[in-house]
Amino acid sequence: MNRRHFLALALLAAPGRASAQPNAHVSTTDPLVYSFTQGRTVRAGRVKLEMPRIAESGHSVAMTVRVDSPMTAAEHVRAVHLLAEKNPVRDMASFYLGPHSGRAEISSRVRLNGSQRVVAIAELSDGTFWSDALNIEVREAACTDGGG
Amino acid sequence: MKVVLLCLGIVLSGVSFAESRSGLEFSTEETRALQANDHENPGMLWADRGAALWAEQCSSCHAAGSMRGVAARYPTVAEGQIVTLEQRILRKRPGLAYESDDLLALTAFVARQSRGLPWQPRIDDRDVERGRKAYLLRRGQMNLACTHCHDSNAGKRLGSETISQGQANGYPAYRLEWGRLGSLQRRLRACLFGVRAELPPFGSRELLELELFLAQRGRGLAMESPAVRR
Amino acid sequence: MGLVRIHLPEQARRGASVEARVLIQHPMETGFRRDAAGARVPRNAIHSFLCRYNGVEVFRATLSTGIAANPLLRFYLRAAESGKVEVWWLDDDDIEGSASAHLVVV
Repeated sequence: MNRRHFLALALLAAPGRASAQPNAHVSTTDPLVYSFTQGRTVRAGRVKLEMPRIAESGHSVAMTVRVDSPMTAAEHVRAVHLLAEKNPVRDMASFYLGPHSGRAEISSRVRLNGSQRVVAIAELSDGTFWSDALNIEVREAACTDGGG
Repeated sequence: MKVVLLCLGIVLSGVSFAESRSGLEFSTEETRALQANDHENPGMLWADRGAALWAEQCSSCHAAGSMRGVAARYPTVAEGQIVTLEQRILRKRPGLAYESDDLLALTAFVARQSRGLPWQPRIDDRDVERGRKAYLLRRGQMNLACTHCHDSNAGKRLGSETISQGQANGYPAYRLEWGRLGSLQRRLRACLFGVRAELPPFGSRELLELELFLAQRGRGLAMESPAVRR
Repeated sequence: MGLVRIHLPEQARRGASVEARVLIQHPMETGFRRDAAGARVPRNAIHSFLCRYNGVEVFRATLSTGIAANPLLRFYLRAAESGKVEVWWLDDDDIEGSASAHLVVV
C-alpha cells in the first residue's frame, strides 16, 4: 500500500468523512436513479429520512424527509426523490422545492409492500446529489379482510 | 354450590373481567399519533363531510352543537328494535346505502361530537342476551367464537399482530387496511370472513345484536370515533 | 367527492417558514386490489400536486401509488404577503381537485 492509499483509507475511516461516501445507497446505473441524476454521484449525507423502525401496517407509514439547507436563491434544495426498493412502483414520490419553500422538510404517509429499504435522494441547486436510506420492518396483517 | 354456579356464570358470560381496554392501547405509537391529530387523521375527512351535510340537511331542526353526547347513548332499543347510530340516521335518510360515503360521513360527524365521553349506551343486560350468545358462538370453518380471540387471547400475538379486546368504542373508524372510514358492521363482517364464516348482510338482525352486546361490553370506554386502527 | 383539509397557522411572521398540512380524500387506488366480486379495481392515484402562494409555486410533487390513501402532505412555505394558498391536484382519471386557504402574514 502506498502513502496515497493509506491517507485515503485514513480519511474514509474518520467520522464525518465516511458520511459523504459516494453512491453508498444507490447504484447510478439503476435506470430509475439515472432518470433523476443523469449518472452523477450520489453522496450519503445532508438528507435525513425518518420513518418508524417497525410499521404495524404497510398501508400507511409515516415518512419525513429533511435536508439541511438555507433555502436561499443561491443555495437550496431543488428536489427530493423517494424510492422503495421492493414496491411494485419503486418511485414513491418526488418533491420539488425552491427558495420559496423556506425549509426543506416534507412529510407524508407511504405504502410499503413489505419490509424493505427506503431511499431518499436530494438534488441541490449546486447540482450535487445526496442520499439517506433506512430499513423498515413492515408487519403483515394476520387476519386479512377479504375486502368485505 | 352458589360459588360454583357463580364461577360458571362468569366463565360463560363472555364478558372479560380484566379491565376494558380500547383498541388504541393495542396500536403502535404512530397509529395513536395519527388518531390524535385532527389535521392528519383521514377519518376526519368524513366527519368534515358530515358537518357539511348536517348544515345542509339537518341543521334546520337540529343544531350541530346539540349532538354532543348523543352518540355515547347509542346503540339503544326502541319499541323492540335495536337502534344503532346508523339506524337512527337511516330513519331520517332511508335512501342512504350502508357503507356509503354520506352515511359514514353523517355517522362520523355525530360520533365525533361525543369524542372523549364515556360510552353509556341506553341498554341493560337483558337487552344483550342474544348478542352475548352470538359472541360466544363458535362459527366458520375455523370454528372460533369471538371470545376465543378477544377474551382468552387479547394481548397475545397472532402472527405479527397483537390481538385486541375487540372493543367497538372507536367506530366508525378509519382502518389503514381499508384506506377509508368504515362502520362497525363492516369490521364484524371482516372478522367473520377471517374465521371463514358466512357473512350476515349489513343491517341484519344478527349484526345488530352483536353491536348491542359489544356496546354493553365496552361500557365506560372513551368514545374515539373517528378512530384510526390498522 | 374528494374533500380537503388545509391547515395553516393562524398567522405568520414575514420571512418565517410556515408549515402547511394538506389532507386530501382520495383512494390512491393501486390497481392491485380486488373488489368483493373479485374484479381488479383499476389504478387511480393523484400523480401531480401543486401549491401556489399568491400565485407563485412554492411546492410541487409527483406522487404515485406508493403514497397512502387519503394522502397527507406536510411542507413549508416562506411567509411573504398575506394572501391565498392554493392547492391543486390531478389524478390518473384526469380528475382535478383544488382548494385554498388564506394565510395572514404580520
